[in-house]
Amino acid sequence: MEFFEMFLNIGFWAATIRMATPLIFGTLGELICERAGVLNLGIEGIMTTGAMVAWMWVYQGGDLWTAVLVAAVFGMLFGLLHSAFSVYMGLSQHVTGIGITMLATALTYYSFRMMLPGVTTPPKIVPFENYAVPFLSEIPVLGQALFNQSPLTYLAFILVGVVAYVLYRTPMGLAVRMVGENPMAVEVQGIDVYRVRTAAVMVGSGFMAVGGAFLTISVFDAFYFDMINGRGWICIALVIFASWRPGKALLGAMLFAAFDAIQIRVQQSSSTLIPYQFYLMMPYVFSILALIVMSRKAAYPKALLVPFRRGQR
Amino acid sequence: MQLEPRQHTPLWMTVSAPIIAVTIVLILSGGLIMWAGAPLFESYVALFVGAFGSKFAIAETLVRATPLILTGLAAAVAFRAKLWNIGGEGQLYAGALAVTYFGTGLIELPPYLMIPFLFIVGATAGGLLLLFPALLKTRLKVDEVVTTLLLNFVILLFANYLLFGPWKDPMAMGWPQGAPVLEEGILPNLLAKTRLHAGLIISVVMAVVIWLVMSKTKWGLEIRAVGHNPEAARFAGIPINKTIIRTALISGGLAACAGVTEVAGTKEYLTLDISPGFGYTGIAVAMLAGLNPLGVIVAALFFAGIYNGADSMSRAMDVSNYIADVITAGSLLMVMLAVMLTRMRIRFRA
Repeated sequence: MEFFEMFLNIGFWAATIRMATPLIFGTLGELICERAGVLNLGIEGIMTTGAMVAWMWVYQGGDLWTAVLVAAVFGMLFGLLHSAFSVYMGLSQHVTGIGITMLATALTYYSFRMMLPGVTTPPKIVPFENYAVPFLSEIPVLGQALFNQSPLTYLAFILVGVVAYVLYRTPMGLAVRMVGENPMAVEVQGIDVYRVRTAAVMVGSGFMAVGGAFLTISVFDAFYFDMINGRGWICIALVIFASWRPGKALLGAMLFAAFDAIQIRVQQSSSTLIPYQFYLMMPYVFSILALIVMSRKAAYPKALLVPFRRGQR
Repeated sequence: MQLEPRQHTPLWMTVSAPIIAVTIVLILSGGLIMWAGAPLFESYVALFVGAFGSKFAIAETLVRATPLILTGLAAAVAFRAKLWNIGGEGQLYAGALAVTYFGTGLIELPPYLMIPFLFIVGATAGGLLLLFPALLKTRLKVDEVVTTLLLNFVILLFANYLLFGPWKDPMAMGWPQGAPVLEEGILPNLLAKTRLHAGLIISVVMAVVIWLVMSKTKWGLEIRAVGHNPEAARFAGIPINKTIIRTALISGGLAACAGVTEVAGTKEYLTLDISPGFGYTGIAVAMLAGLNPLGVIVAALFFAGIYNGADSMSRAMDVSNYIADVITAGSLLMVMLAVMLTRMRIRFRA
């Protein structure tokens, strides 16, 4: 009975939406990259970088919204590096992505250590405060859960619509989808495949970095090592789960966050019958299960992982 | 800008490409060292001395190279078949868990049987761990990169559970560590007053064996063919899925052996920090080696030296030892680029 009461709890739904936010940013970012034909395994490292630089910006006295922008810029720089290797040089997207994750993480940790030498407890900042949307937040349960959130959460939801609109309703979005399906045909139209792919990877990487930033300047108030903790890899699974569609990506991220919220509450309320490590495994196990379930239906963008070389068939 | 294949790659280019790439990375990393306010030249000298400057330093570098040779081989074999095994870290822990399960009192054998036995059970555990993603890849076309990465987290949490729970050594004063490996299972020491152990010999022998398998046998040919051109391999009658599964068992087994050398050699009991990312560094090792098993030995020595050198440099110069991770990741990317440029030339035109 207690288990079902949980779903009537406002706190539960608010937590679900909060936990979904970084996943929404990360999944949307990865989706944009993959729609353009580039698997971006740099996501885990880019989220780490975004989390650190945004936090550091605020810690040094910058304001919160500029911090979001700074995170996005750093993400885009790593996106540019990724495309230099994977798009322009046509190198393995797998190895490039792992390399970017390792490099971004290492540079982030090194910079953090250098800028704050000798700190043992991570210093804190004042993060984003929740913003209650007038009227809407007064709707019982749903309103309080949905419309009393961090401004970045609203941004994530808005971006789902924006990305869907741009992808499906604009010439730019058509170009992005086409370079992921049939780059040759795009080239014939006189559009530069390299530029479209690079732009998509940069924008996608910017999204990922903001997803990381959400953790340090909205949910928590400090930067911890290993705080991304596989969220990037989970986003990659979510993109496949969502069949590369923004709306389904939102749904997937919410579903996933809901499972996570259930897991945490069950863990807290139940006796110590099941060790907590098994609860912590759940997100990773769910991701693998999601991949298995979707495997038969997965319709990959046809040119995903295929480097484009101009003048070659 | 356009890339054109070279008709012919001179030998000097093939040999010097990784060296030039690493040199560029070391120069770029120099910027980070100067940012930290340390003198550049002295810092790199401190790094070199920390890695190779004394008998003790060399022994420590060899100790560190041992698991890196094995995880490097694991990545090299898998990547040859374009099986993107990024789960070396998890497989390493699978091997370490198997050693702790079998080697701390469950079974007692004389040393000449006990040590091979521990390697076999360890390798089996690692191979089986990679078998699951490999089957998902061949049966359901599930991308193995994501599944192997996710499994790393699962295995590490499982090890965490065991070491904080049922496997916690009551004699360890509350530290989360496993029971000590039986004396018969400990890899013999090679050099008095250092930690250097026989794991080094075992990993070098494995590198030679893998080199022989990859370059002289039908299995090796099949693995390379599947990675190079699966369509042609299929046409030539090579069983693709069987080859991928076989590659997975070998690769997972090799990475797990690194867990065996760490638990039965370096530490002599299991802890949660037996690997500071050996599984991931193994990818950089394999790339620097151009996926050549013998090259893996050299590349592992290089990265082991960088990590040990960075540790002593950070103590002497106040530069964070994360610089070693930066150099590793930078080398991974730069070597990949350099190797490609030996095969292609860039042509700019308006």
